[in-house]
Amino acid sequence: MLRLQAVGEVIKMMTSALRSRKSLYFYVVVIAIAFAYSVNSVSTVAVAASSITFGLPLAMAAMVGIMCERTGVVNIGIEGTLLTSAFFGFFVAALSQNLIWGLLAAIASGAVTGLLLALLTVSWKMDQIIAGTIVNILATGLTSFFYKQGYSLPAIFPRWSIPGLSDIPFLGRVFFQSGPITYFGLILIFVLYVAMYHTAWGLRTRAIGEYPSSAETSGISVKKFKYINVVIAGAFGGLTGAYLALELVGSFDRGFSAGKGFTALAIMIFGRWNPIGALLAAIFFGFAQALANQLMIDGLVAIPGPFINMLPYVLTIVVLAFSAGKVRGPAAAGQPYEREQA
Amino acid sequence: MTTLLQVKNVTKSFGSVIANNDISFEVAAGEIVALLGENGAGKSTLVKSVFGLVRPDQGEIFIDGNQMAPGDTAAVIASGVGMVHQHFKLVPVMSVTENIILGDEPKNGLFVNIKKAEQKVRELSEKFGLEVDPTANIEDLPVGTQQRVEILKALSKDVRLLIFDEPTAVLTPQETDELILVIKNLARLGVGVIVITHKLREVMALADRVVVLRDGKVVGTTTPKETNEAGLAQLMVGRSVVLEVEKGVAKPGKPVLTVKGLEVFDDRNLLAVKGVNLEVRSGEIFGIAGVEGNGQRELVEAICGMRLRAKGEVLVSGAATKDMHPHAVHEAGVSHIPEDREKHGLVSSYSISDNLILNQFDQAPFARGWFRNMIEIRKNADLLVKKFDIRTTSPAALASSLSGGNKQKVVIARELSQDLQVLIAAQPTRGVDVGSIEFIHKQLIAARDNGAGVLLVSAELDEIISLSDRIAVMSAGKIVAIIDSKGADRDYIGRLMAGLDK
Repeated sequence: MLRLQAVGEVIKMMTSALRSRKSLYFYVVVIAIAFAYSVNSVSTVAVAASSITFGLPLAMAAMVGIMCERTGVVNIGIEGTLLTSAFFGFFVAALSQNLIWGLLAAIASGAVTGLLLALLTVSWKMDQIIAGTIVNILATGLTSFFYKQGYSLPAIFPRWSIPGLSDIPFLGRVFFQSGPITYFGLILIFVLYVAMYHTAWGLRTRAIGEYPSSAETSGISVKKFKYINVVIAGAFGGLTGAYLALELVGSFDRGFSAGKGFTALAIMIFGRWNPIGALLAAIFFGFAQALANQLMIDGLVAIPGPFINMLPYVLTIVVLAFSAGKVRGPAAAGQPYEREQA
Repeated sequence: MTTLLQVKNVTKSFGSVIANNDISFEVAAGEIVALLGENGAGKSTLVKSVFGLVRPDQGEIFIDGNQMAPGDTAAVIASGVGMVHQHFKLVPVMSVTENIILGDEPKNGLFVNIKKAEQKVRELSEKFGLEVDPTANIEDLPVGTQQRVEILKALSKDVRLLIFDEPTAVLTPQETDELILVIKNLARLGVGVIVITHKLREVMALADRVVVLRDGKVVGTTTPKETNEAGLAQLMVGRSVVLEVEKGVAKPGKPVLTVKGLEVFDDRNLLAVKGVNLEVRSGEIFGIAGVEGNGQRELVEAICGMRLRAKGEVLVSGAATKDMHPHAVHEAGVSHIPEDREKHGLVSSYSISDNLILNQFDQAPFARGWFRNMIEIRKNADLLVKKFDIRTTSPAALASSLSGGNKQKVVIARELSQDLQVLIAAQPTRGVDVGSIEFIHKQLIAARDNGAGVLLVSAELDEIISLSDRIAVMSAGKIVAIIDSKGADRDYIGRLMAGLDK
């Protein structure tokens, strides 16, 4: 009897999950991938794997924005964080000939840009857009000025094939043959999601981003929370910079981050300030880029290269145009918090 | 009775303004203390010092005999002090439960145990008789219920001293009565209560002891038994206040505002005004009494051209006015003191002088062609600030820097300083201190005596009775009776408002 009931429950859950609109999207995607895989497995795997590769840095950079805006700090300095941390990651790794030192330097320098932003916006109550611009200009100027040609990395972070899992057709190649920062970044995105919606830290963070004096009157130090979150977000941005310089590309150049920090803000909005939403949005961006690349490689369409490279920026504009006015971000983002007016 | 809170010689100044000057008072367990004072008397600053949201410059605060470190909100909360804020400290997009547990979340390992929290909220709301759905989002709840959540949030922290900051400012009369019962019940359970207010009727109904503040100082401590409303008002304002409004006999003339068969929908697309006919004559005050939410707001907005008139028409001095054209209605000679002054009366980020010409900025003498005439604008501001007793450091100060009463004076100064045939005053004294109320009442009567027809809408029945020459009672979107204010019976009108007597 009991077992029958349990089976009934499971069937009920599955049918209700089947009926929900969100799961419909999921099935459409799965069926589309299965179909594509049956037609051309090599290209499908390549596109799917590149979607993750291109999408991940955008998703991770979007986490920086989400963590900051959820605590009420608009961070348009993500670009500067990526650039700074990629710079330090690359040159420390190149000079020490040690990737781990490079990774740590990238994370630390990212955290420092977060600290700078927190100092400007939380303690000095500077306009947050101007503060973010300062971070960007400083990053561009310093990394360009100190940039030297002729250095190279000992290696890049190698791919780790996870035994067993990496042999699964399609999924294995897409998810389980990646570099260490990829795994770590993906895990952190899920950790951030759970933390944001299921822990006291997340509840407090969201309250501060919506209505800081509600938190202050509940005995929470808004200032401390903002500092902690903006600095952690900076460190996360540093990890993203390390991914770009030490795992994905393996080099550094002036203007290396190429606007990814700004695209990340669009992804944050597209994903409605939700870590999983932003991850899906970023994979969608990555997919568009990967698909265009693949079509070009396969010679199916003759799109000139520059147009392919334009794709992320065009998508950003389209996404923002369609989501503008429809989504609502944290209400207190962008406003300096004055305690005595509480 | 044991002393819960001791405030000793607290002084706090903001710049050159002394908000609290050497204030001392005590609260015992189970006692309801009213802090009475006009807007700007320093009541809010004082309780914020107690709560640790403001650091006093001098003085000491003891809870249960323990001295509190200044500015340490967490420690104050930990010693059992809760606060129900005037502007609710609730996150609109979060649930009732999430708001209540914020800062003290029940945990299950690393995670918030939301099921347990909801259970706790249910228990609390049963214990104190404050009904609320723990899973509802704050933004979907009416204001009275939001306040219930705010009270529950305070009670959830095991409070022994609860501070209410202007709790009735946003409540309807019914919600106010409910709140008074809730507060009395809390006191019976042994909670010490501080209520900040400037409403004398509530103080008389509620308080065990009254501490009166004026200009940042304690000017008297008394009990409701030893005094009456007039006595409290005098203490609060520092001179005798005429609570009864003095006015001469009305000399009504021709109809200036005629409303015929008006039907209006509200924001939810329900019919809120159901065929209203009324006529306001020049030289009279026509009051509309009614419980809030019975179509008064929609009626006023439709007359002023701010809301679509589904049916019917509005005539000013016999001429039909354009629908949905507030500016055209204003040009026709209708001045409007709106119900929500922050939203429709002022631009708080503009200066006082700009707010004083908000509806004439493009007209001479305030404009010359494409340019503003700053000299005339300033002259106008200087004149009106003086004439309407707007308390400010400078006409160039932002409207947001003013207290509620002075903001309302800015609106009234602007609306009354132009040619008008009709004045529509919606809740003109809401959230305004006693001194300003007296002043505003005088201005309304002066407008009447100058020949304007005044349409007064107010949720305060006393205000309607004492000011109006004729009273219309509105209930469920209809005018159920029009009576002469002379000898009007408060109970009879109350029954009409409730829709009982037809």
